[in-house]
Amino acid sequence: MAAATRRAASSLVARCLLAGRASAAGAPPAVPSALRRPDGTRGLLPGVFQRFSTAAVAEEPISPPVQVNYTKLLINGDFVDSASGKTFPTLDPRTGDVIAHVAEGDAEDVNRAVNAARKAFDEGPWPKMTAYERSRILLRFADLIEKHNDEIAALETWDNGKPYEQAALIEVPMVARLMRYYAGWADKIHGLIVPADGPHHVQVLHEPIGVAGQIIPWNFPLLMFAWKVGPALACGNTVVLKTAEQTPLSALYVSKLLHEAGLPEGVLNVISGFGPTAGASLASHMDVDKLAFTGSTDTGKIVLELAARSNLKPVTLELGGKSPFIIMDDADVDQAVELAHFALFFNQGQCCCAGSRTFVHERVYDEFVEKSKARALKRVVGDPFRKGVEQGPQIDEEQFNKILRYIRSGVDSGATLVTGGDKLGDKGYYVQPTIFSDVQDGMKIAQEEIFGPVQSILKFNDLNEVIKRANASQYGLAAGVFTNNLDTANTLTRALKVGTVWVNCFDIFDAAIPFGGYKQSGIGREKGIDSLKNYLQIKAVVTPLKNAAWL
Amino acid sequence: MATTDGCSNGNGKAASVVVPEIKFTKLFINGEFVDAVSAKVRNVTCVCYDFNPAGKTFETRDPRTGDVLAHVAEGDKADVDLAVKAARDAFEHGKWPRMSGYERGRIMNKFADLVDQHTEELAALDGADAGKLLLLGKIIDIPSATQMLRYYAGAADKIHGEVLRVSGKYQGYTLKEPIGVVGVIIPWNFPTMMFFLKVSPALAAGCTIVVKPAEQTPLSALYYAHLAKLAGIPDGVINVVPGFGETAGAAISSHMDVDSVAFTGSTEIGRVIMESAARSNLKTVSLELGGKSPMIIFDDADVDMAVNLSRLAIFFNKGEICVAGSRVYVQEGIYDEFVKKSVEAARNWKVGDPFDASSNMGPQIDKVQFEKVLKYIEHGQSEGATLLTGGKPTGDKGYYIEPTIFTEVKEDMKIAQEEIFGPVMCLMKFKTVEEAIEKANCTRYGLAAGIVTKSLDIANRVSRSVRAGTVWVNCYFAFDPDAPFGGYKMSGFGRDQGMGAMDKYLQVKSVITALPDSPWY
Repeated sequence: MAAATRRAASSLVARCLLAGRASAAGAPPAVPSALRRPDGTRGLLPGVFQRFSTAAVAEEPISPPVQVNYTKLLINGDFVDSASGKTFPTLDPRTGDVIAHVAEGDAEDVNRAVNAARKAFDEGPWPKMTAYERSRILLRFADLIEKHNDEIAALETWDNGKPYEQAALIEVPMVARLMRYYAGWADKIHGLIVPADGPHHVQVLHEPIGVAGQIIPWNFPLLMFAWKVGPALACGNTVVLKTAEQTPLSALYVSKLLHEAGLPEGVLNVISGFGPTAGASLASHMDVDKLAFTGSTDTGKIVLELAARSNLKPVTLELGGKSPFIIMDDADVDQAVELAHFALFFNQGQCCCAGSRTFVHERVYDEFVEKSKARALKRVVGDPFRKGVEQGPQIDEEQFNKILRYIRSGVDSGATLVTGGDKLGDKGYYVQPTIFSDVQDGMKIAQEEIFGPVQSILKFNDLNEVIKRANASQYGLAAGVFTNNLDTANTLTRALKVGTVWVNCFDIFDAAIPFGGYKQSGIGREKGIDSLKNYLQIKAVVTPLKNAAWL
Repeated sequence: MATTDGCSNGNGKAASVVVPEIKFTKLFINGEFVDAVSAKVRNVTCVCYDFNPAGKTFETRDPRTGDVLAHVAEGDKADVDLAVKAARDAFEHGKWPRMSGYERGRIMNKFADLVDQHTEELAALDGADAGKLLLLGKIIDIPSATQMLRYYAGAADKIHGEVLRVSGKYQGYTLKEPIGVVGVIIPWNFPTMMFFLKVSPALAAGCTIVVKPAEQTPLSALYYAHLAKLAGIPDGVINVVPGFGETAGAAISSHMDVDSVAFTGSTEIGRVIMESAARSNLKTVSLELGGKSPMIIFDDADVDMAVNLSRLAIFFNKGEICVAGSRVYVQEGIYDEFVKKSVEAARNWKVGDPFDASSNMGPQIDKVQFEKVLKYIEHGQSEGATLLTGGKPTGDKGYYIEPTIFTEVKEDMKIAQEEIFGPVMCLMKFKTVEEAIEKANCTRYGLAAGIVTKSLDIANRVSRSVRAGTVWVNCYFAFDPDAPFGGYKMSGFGRDQGMGAMDKYLQVKSVITALPDSPWY
């Protein structure tokens, strides 16, 4: 795919994933731009994947156009076997087949990686080189990502199951974009000179914090890599990164590119492995200065505890969510349906910020449910490598079964199953796009994070009521608001206890927009200028002033 | 690049000089190289060469020989009008201010890559046009310029408004919007750096630009316009109009459709520019003007280091630098040793063809400056200062002057008060820190200052007490894109470099919305 097309599509998607804007401009209600062909038509082969067609999944999986070249641990600039020699299989979620056997990191490997990172931090050259030099390396890395866009995207899709077009047109370009964003920060990290009450000169230095441990999830393997590694490197830190055991491949690939771009050895170490072993070693390591984790709230609690029990390393957590998507009665229902559909089903519903509680005003409720059903039925599920596919398989068997259990729980608790409700095909981890209506706040499907293609629609009739209900959650990651009433939008925006509010849009993830959670959705923010302070120590330097002209 | 024997103007017997090929000599307006619209007749008798009959041109000369390097289209009011119109159209209707900061940044990064790829050629162009050292051009001027461009490329997506804490039932926020069409008038001493110092933040902000390079050094700016286009900067966003201050420059500063003017040059011209801004449309003005910067050396200094640093501070770029350390104050304990070693150091500062890698210093920019510097040297002698070394032209052609040092300089002498803009150091003695501060501040300028000391207390005290926009402690000329640069007092106002420089090219808009019902205010 031509780079220009890719960029254009990517920026389009980033700006407006909703039909809304296109409709306003007179175009027909649209599918997310990434899923459109350049000529604007839906990239759907006629009759092939209609309505969660099992034909799609029954077909022979498309052979991914990429080789798996890197399966070892990356420690101190070299790809090495694990100390134990152990490996684990990473599976193709389309089939459950083994893609590759990957070196399995454990405590000893984490130790080696932390040592390498410590040495690279203490002895340099990374923190000692100029910020401009660091920024040049990150810029070169971005160029290399762009150059290898399609291979990286293929690897991502193969390991994760997400639509290839989504990976190639949105996510991989976004990784390059994030790297350029952080490259631009490297030489603009400012401490303040603060006023003193007496004759003192006070400088506030922002210093790199040291060795950063980072643990990332499987739903957006490379974007999560970029969110973590970008700011850590821009600030001059060294890193030990543990990828998710479901998706170890793409991080190894791009880390190789980062070294090609000039990253010194030991600055970024990548450990593939499991949470209870490699992850726990990193979180409890006495020589790791900072920990950043994205994943489930349960694991986040463990990570925070391990940090507390070891060396009190500061922790940032980006955890689960049960984000409300609120549709007011003034909404254009067609647009609201499309946006709410996208907010939940994007990435197979495997988004921490998925709009998984769709609150609809009673005046538009019936129409909304009807049209949502029609939209879900049209959702194109199939081999993610096939053009026009909107939804691939879930990540693995465990998630697949968990989602199906939640669906049963929804039915058992009395919600109305509007559409879907079962697996799709007999191979791999495909789940039908599923919608429940008449969902009540107390139901499990309205309380817990399903992390799958299951939309729960709830009815409300009053603004204050919906604020209260939307906030009645242990989570506070994000919210969607759909209204054109300025006062309503402003009131909701400020009343919702969440880290991100999207008004008449959803999943807009620009590099400069901070992202993170209130309540049990986590601690701290990623992206934007705020992400830098996760990776900086602050040092006040106070010097007496003798006879200076002013204070 | 070609080697000539310099016979082109009949002044023939000197050693060969390397002359780079000149590719761009026309005005750059709306993405095209065009002739000047003004009539060709000018008050100069052009006795030679094929000049373009289509429009007015002027000569740019090689200061190593005084030979004509090229005939360059001469912009005047009518040309400035066209350039401003192109910039206005590009601003009001074009993509540049409307694309994302990220996209602007990407194009600017590409621009930087292209400049890097042409380093050799561009350094040679400035070398021949401005008499600057070729080697330093390659390792300092051009790489610093691309660093600047990349710095602001990285700033383009970091222009932040603020969400305000308004008292009352309101929501308030600020938007930072590009200011519009920016006029940029730059000097000849650092043709490349000055171009990017102004153009980079203006581009990042989303402005469109009309640049007038100095008439002495129009060539590299035209080359940059060409590279900007190659990089994908849309037509009309950068326009370059070579010409003279009283015509093209005045047309920009008094233009009713230019929203802001950024100027670097002399204090006298800065005043004229501010006045024409005031008389026309009250455009915002930023001025980076002259200096008479003190270099203050304390008794505890390592004398050799101080001698080297102060030599660099005044003789670098032949003293043609607004921040030149032109007043050197030395504490009495080391004064004699310092003087002795400085004379020696000045004599070892090699004057010669800037294309010769062993040269420390090339010729002054042109005849006018050359004569002005020699005149100041005469003044120094007649006012009673002691000429320790130098003081004369050197070489048998071109505008070379010996590194010159005066001692016994008094604060009220012309050479201690006025900007010479040449290789002339004024050496003075002081006793106490108080006295040094007082003397350092005894000037109408306030651009920069240097301090050489090992004492933390002295460094901190003097840093705060000197009224200057930049203070270098145990270093000099340590410029960085992240370090704001500009003057106190009559050295100007506004700052180049740093994130703050973006503000010169941005308007601030406060948006206040009634917020009848919010859980918090």
